[in-house]
Formats: sequence, C-alpha cells, structure tokens
Amino acid sequence: MPERASPSIGLAAALGLAGLAVFFAVWAGAGVLGLVSATFLPGPLTVLGELLHLLTHPYAGATLPQHLAASLQRYGGGVVLAVIVGLPLGLAMGWFRPLDAVVSPIFDGLRFVPPIAWVPFAALWFGTGAGGPVLIIFTGAFPPVLIGTYRGARMIEPALIEAARMLGTSNRRMLTEILLPGAVPSIVAGLRVAAGLGWQSLIGAELIVVSSGIGYMMVQGEAAVATSTVMAGIIAVGLVGTAIDLLLRAAERAVRRRYGLVGGGR
Amino acid sequence: MPGRRGLIAAASLLGLALLWAWATSPFGPVSPERFPSPPLVGAAFLQIATTGFAGATLPRQVLTSLGLVIEGFLVAASSGTALGLAMGWNRRFAAFVNPVFQLLRPIPPLAWIPLVILWLGLGNAAKVLVIWFAAFVPAVINAETGVREIPGALLEAARMLGTPRHRLLVEVVVPAAAPMIFTGLRLCLQATWTTLVAAELVGSFYGLGHVLSEAQQDIYPGMIFVGMAAIGVCGWLTTAVLGWVERRLLGWHASARPAHA
Repeated sequence: MPERASPSIGLAAALGLAGLAVFFAVWAGAGVLGLVSATFLPGPLTVLGELLHLLTHPYAGATLPQHLAASLQRYGGGVVLAVIVGLPLGLAMGWFRPLDAVVSPIFDGLRFVPPIAWVPFAALWFGTGAGGPVLIIFTGAFPPVLIGTYRGARMIEPALIEAARMLGTSNRRMLTEILLPGAVPSIVAGLRVAAGLGWQSLIGAELIVVSSGIGYMMVQGEAAVATSTVMAGIIAVGLVGTAIDLLLRAAERAVRRRYGLVGGGR
Repeated sequence: MPGRRGLIAAASLLGLALLWAWATSPFGPVSPERFPSPPLVGAAFLQIATTGFAGATLPRQVLTSLGLVIEGFLVAASSGTALGLAMGWNRRFAAFVNPVFQLLRPIPPLAWIPLVILWLGLGNAAKVLVIWFAAFVPAVINAETGVREIPGALLEAARMLGTPRHRLLVEVVVPAAAPMIFTGLRLCLQATWTTLVAAELVGSFYGLGHVLSEAQQDIYPGMIFVGMAAIGVCGWLTTAVLGWVERRLLGWHASARPAHA
C-alpha cells in the first residue's frame, strides 16, 4: 500500500541526512579503499579544494569566475535573441490563425533535431566566434519561448478579445493591453523551460566549438586527465543553473501574484 | 477545417523548399558554401548511401546511433521508473533518496560528457552512461508524481477488497500512474537523443553525431544537412513508436490522446 502520510519532519531530515552520508561515504570510500584510482574519482574534499583553487588560479587561460562570465555572456545573448524572436512570433501565431497554419509545420519538422546538432553549421557560419554558441543556445531556448507564448495567447478568453474588438480597440492596444497580459503566466513558464534548455545547450556547445567558457575548461581538464577539475566544473555548472532557475522561479511567482493567479492553473 | 489546414501546411513546406532552392541557387543571396543547395544535399545523400562517409554507409551509421538510443533509453527508463515508483510508494525511502537526487539533478546532462569520457573512453559504454545521467531524471520525477497523484479512493477501494500487495502494485498503482510515467518517458526519449548526438559529436567512431563532426571538419555543408535530417527522422520515428506503444497500452485511459510532446 503506498503510504499517503509523509514521515514527520524530524524523521525525513534524519533519513535525508543518512542518504547524503551514504552518498558521500561511497564517493570518498571508493578512493580511500582503492576500489577506484583517485586519478579517476578524486574524493569530495579534493574536488572542493580544486573548486576553491580555481576561483583564484587560472586554468585553461582563465579563472573559474572568468570562464563563467564568458559562458553567461553567450548564454544571455542566445536567450535574449530567443525571446526577441519567439515572443512576437508566438503572440502573432496565437492571434492570427493563418500564420499558425504556415509556421507550425516548419516548426514541427525542426522539433526533432536536437539543438546540439546545429553545432557543425554554427562552426561553419561563425568559426570559433561568439555567434556559434549563441546560435546553439538560441535553438535550445527558442521552442519553449514560442510554445509558451503561443499557448498563452491561445488561452485568452475569446469573449475578452471579442469585447475589446467590439469596443473598437486598436491593434496596438489589443496587443499591449489584452494579449500580452493574458499570456504572461504561460510565457514566464515557457521562459523557465527555455532558460534550462539554453543553459544545457550552452554547455554542449562549449564542449565542442569555443576556446573559453566553463565547458571549454572542462574539455581541457578532460584532455589533461584532471578529473578533479572536470568535477569542479560540473559542480559550478550545476550551481549556476540552479541560481538561474531560482531567479526565474521568483519571477514566475511575482508574475502570478501580479496577475492574481496564485495557486491556480498550471 | 482540417483539410484546409493540411493544404496550408503542404503549401508552407513547399514554399520553404522553393525559397531554399532559390536562395542557394546562383541567383540567390546564400552561398552554397554556407548552406547547401538541394542538389548538393542530394549528392551528399547519394555518397553516404552508396560509398559511405565517416567510416560507414548511412544504414550502418543510423543503426549505430539508433541501437545506442534504444539501449540507453531502456536502461534509463526502466531504472528511473522503478526508482520513481519506489519513491512514490514508500515516503521514507523517498526522504532517504531525495536529497542526493536533488543534489545531482541540477547538473545539465551534457556536463557529464567530459567526466564519462575520462572514465570510460569513447566507446558504447560511455554513451550509455551519459544517456543514463540525462534520461534517468525525468523518468524518476514523473513516475514518483504519478504514484503520488493516484486518487486515494482508488487505493482505499482496492484495500477494502483485500487486494494483496504485489497485485496492488501491478494492477492498481502502475496502471494508475501510467499516463504520468509515459509523459516522463517522452521527455526521457528527447533527452536520450540530445545527449547521444552531443556525446557522438564530442568523440566517437561511428554514428550520426560522428557523421556531423566529420562533415564539420571537412567543411561539407551537404553532409551536415544530411546528418541533421537523418537525426530528425530517427528522432521522429522513435517518438512515433513510443506514442504508438502508449496508445496501445493506455487505450482504456480517459486521458488517452494523441501524443503531443
């Protein structure tokens, strides 16, 4: 019988700590007991030490913060571009059905090509310049922005649009005062997905095409068999990804409050 | 009217094809060295289909990637769904596993690639492990949510009727959670393709990602296009198969509807 009741907070905390203890004990113990060579699985403390070391000492041409800054710059470029293109297109598709019928088949055809598969064209078009990763991030972040906006625009009560139209609302005011506010919660939800996929695509792109950034640092670490550097990179990537997601979650909550949707909808 | 919509769709794709042919022709603005023209794509396709490219012909490259996708998907989906079911079934087990899971979850799957290459090299085992890291997470989350969201009345009724535990799991819990599990499996499959292509691009001996990386090094736009198209077709095909399985298994369920990821 599946339990309906959750364990008490104290028990849950104890179990959680036990789980973490087992995880770190296995990780540390595998090296100490010689089950795995420390070259390939450095212990948690070694990795933490490497992470702190990388904060101030350059590896592969830059310190960890500098690598992250380079990555975040590209990331920002790609995501902003996805929003600039995806938001208006999604709104227009939701509002203007013929456009939907024209764009959807093309979009559906491209949907099954993973963003990372654009790497060769990105390299061909932009070399190792900034444009390549930005294109990859764009292809990762664009579909969720478009889908979120499109769904948002479609979800608006038709009666609301009818009423506005009947009252002689201009196209511009229709866009800024009816469609955009009504679609905002769905748009923000799409943005959160886009941010995650964009970050993921960026790491993939940096593993392959560029010569700076956190992904590049990890590839260099791999080539030098510096496992602790690679693992420190993984942790840094996870932390930044979490920070981005937390920021967007806060934004999502604020938007839901602003539009009176707390607790409602999905 | 669906008929009219289909017509517009066909016209739209035809228009795109014509635009492509014109833009990459000698009269168009796009140099075929940047983006291949239709004849160049046809030539590249003929080459890889007959004499081969990047070490093998197209069927061999497709089968390599497809085989790894199926293998990785099955490993990740089965282990992830099992863990998710266990977490949904036993809250104390969930409390034990969850912190570690939450610790590893934010790591983008592709970030594991360098580490896994260090561990296992460029062979098939490395690909399957990277896929597992990527595709495991959505399977766990959705299976757990699926079990948690089973209506209490359903479980009460089963218990009142004296259903033994193992039958409860197989005949009540798993079917009731199945729609959510399949949602997870669709995400799982998507993650599998993305990770495999990335892993093959970073380093491999065969496979569609390897075709892409060789084509990139040879500056061979036609072959890049063929590789991307092959990946898209394979991705579409596997998604269609999964949707077919879902409809076969969940035909009875109220929420059964055409898969739309």
